[in-house]
Amino acid sequence: MSGDKIIQIKNLNKWYGDFHALKDINLNIKKGEIVVVCGPSGSGKSTLIRCINYLEKFQKGTIDVNGTILTDNVKKIKKIRSQVAMVFQHFELFPHLSIIDNLILAPTHVHKHPKEEALSTAMEYLERVNIADQAQKYPGQLSGGQQQRVAIARALCANPTIMLFDEPTSALDPEMISEVLDVMVELAKEHKTMICVTHEMGFAKEVADRVIFMDEGQIIEENEPEEFFCNPQSDRLKLFLQQILSHTPNTDTEKELEKCIAK
Amino acid sequence: MTYNLIQSSQPPVKNRGFLNWLLSNLFSTPANSALTLLSLLFLYWVLPPFFQWAIIDANFIGSDKSACTRDGACWVFVIQKIDFFIYGFYPDEAHWRVNLSFVLFFVFGFLFRFLPVNFIYKILVFMLYPIITYFLISGGSFGLDVVDTDKWGGLTLTLIVASIGIVAAIPFGIVLAFGRKSKLPIIKNLSVIYIEFIRGVPLISILFMASVILPLFFPEGMNFDKLLRALIGITMFQVAYIAEVIRGGMQAIPTGQYEAADSLGLSYWQKMLLIILPQALKVAIPNLIGASIALFKDTTLVLIIGLFDLLAMVHLTGTDNNWLGFDTEGYVFVTFVFWAFCFSLSKYGKFLEVKYNTDYR
Repeated sequence: MSGDKIIQIKNLNKWYGDFHALKDINLNIKKGEIVVVCGPSGSGKSTLIRCINYLEKFQKGTIDVNGTILTDNVKKIKKIRSQVAMVFQHFELFPHLSIIDNLILAPTHVHKHPKEEALSTAMEYLERVNIADQAQKYPGQLSGGQQQRVAIARALCANPTIMLFDEPTSALDPEMISEVLDVMVELAKEHKTMICVTHEMGFAKEVADRVIFMDEGQIIEENEPEEFFCNPQSDRLKLFLQQILSHTPNTDTEKELEKCIAK
Repeated sequence: MTYNLIQSSQPPVKNRGFLNWLLSNLFSTPANSALTLLSLLFLYWVLPPFFQWAIIDANFIGSDKSACTRDGACWVFVIQKIDFFIYGFYPDEAHWRVNLSFVLFFVFGFLFRFLPVNFIYKILVFMLYPIITYFLISGGSFGLDVVDTDKWGGLTLTLIVASIGIVAAIPFGIVLAFGRKSKLPIIKNLSVIYIEFIRGVPLISILFMASVILPLFFPEGMNFDKLLRALIGITMFQVAYIAEVIRGGMQAIPTGQYEAADSLGLSYWQKMLLIILPQALKVAIPNLIGASIALFKDTTLVLIIGLFDLLAMVHLTGTDNNWLGFDTEGYVFVTFVFWAFCFSLSKYGKFLEVKYNTDYR
């Protein structure tokens, strides 16, 4: 893994009206690093990653993505968005377009690739997420898990350098979570830079290079997964980990984590 | 302990069939049964006398008033005056031009539906239709005699005014809806002012303004056509309503769709035209059809600036000395014609809704 910083966030502050949503966030992310962001709801973790592709404006601080500093400049925003892909909690596939048309939309219209090329790339990615046979269907005909896998394939089609995941499994039925996580684990193995907001602690333990804990708009603690889960420093994180894992652990890694925390 | 999977089977007989439908829909509760009986009674009270009047006791054959011998309706009036109702004062020998435009409508409709080309090209092809129709009906070139617009009338005029109003208002309405949703304050406020002004004023006053005030803005001596003024007025009116209908459709699209389009790097126009507008239009179909039907009926108001649409022609022929006292038949006929067109529009809307439905849940 190279040491280049691909994302540099300095003194990031964001307010919604009077509400101080992000407080002095400093965060560097290396190329190829896989970072999981967790924290209670309202802690600002989604807001943080939405700032990275400028879906949210911020009032103070700087974000440097791959050498481009984010400002209101439309060209810069477009440049960053063409390198940063996002997967949403509610999939956000375009319901009026077939699966394949959802996938080739950005390659043909934003990156101006020829249609044939875009189609073959799209089919490749659909095969990778095991859903190639559904290419001609519409999003409404697919299950939630299938839709989220399509959304991941759509994000990949633009060949981004950075992937953002905003709670990709939170809207799924339990039996569909693993099919999506499997795809994400596969992706992680290729060491594309990934930032995941998720509550799937098993996933974090398994693939993350670093886990970040946020609360009340601040980064409270960050560490390698092993240390993060087995040796949490702050009381806030200890409490959070206990609460999130108090339900019956359903994977081997989560059982391991359970043991870890019990220590 | 395990259980075998059970095969799906049909519901019990008492939950199927016509009798069950009657029981569950028309006679499910005492109040429902009472309503059903009352409705039947009402139909019995209204329908037989109407059919008695309109068909059983009616006259159909003849050439003048003397043929109207029976108690019921005298359709001879409508049959004798049908050319007036359809073509207004358009010269008899040129009626074929109107008929041909009518036939061409279906030809182009067929092309639009079945031509194997891109949607944009389809629209371009369909744009030829009004141009051809214009040359056909107004004449003046290709060896066709000029027919001034003050001779246009009847159903022809109704259809021209309604279709131009309905079709032209949609692109302008889309632009105006974008304007109202715009983040640029000047564009936004101008759009809001336009929409709220037009919607706050009755169509009649807009038609008066178009007919009286519009010419004041043009150099003296420049006589510009009464029909054109009416068309501008009606389109300006309809645009405001269509813009609101489309904006309503846009409001129904979740923010996530805007964000997904943004995060893929689409530009503002790509986002609006490829993602938001198609979905917004789909949501707006029922209301677009509603507004179009309303406009179709509102075209009858062009009478007050001196244009003779279908309703006005019937009113006018009703004052013919040879046919005094037969306007009831005329108005029943008009009612039926308007109903037929509006109902077709409504059915077309339903067809579009089904066609563009991609939501299978």
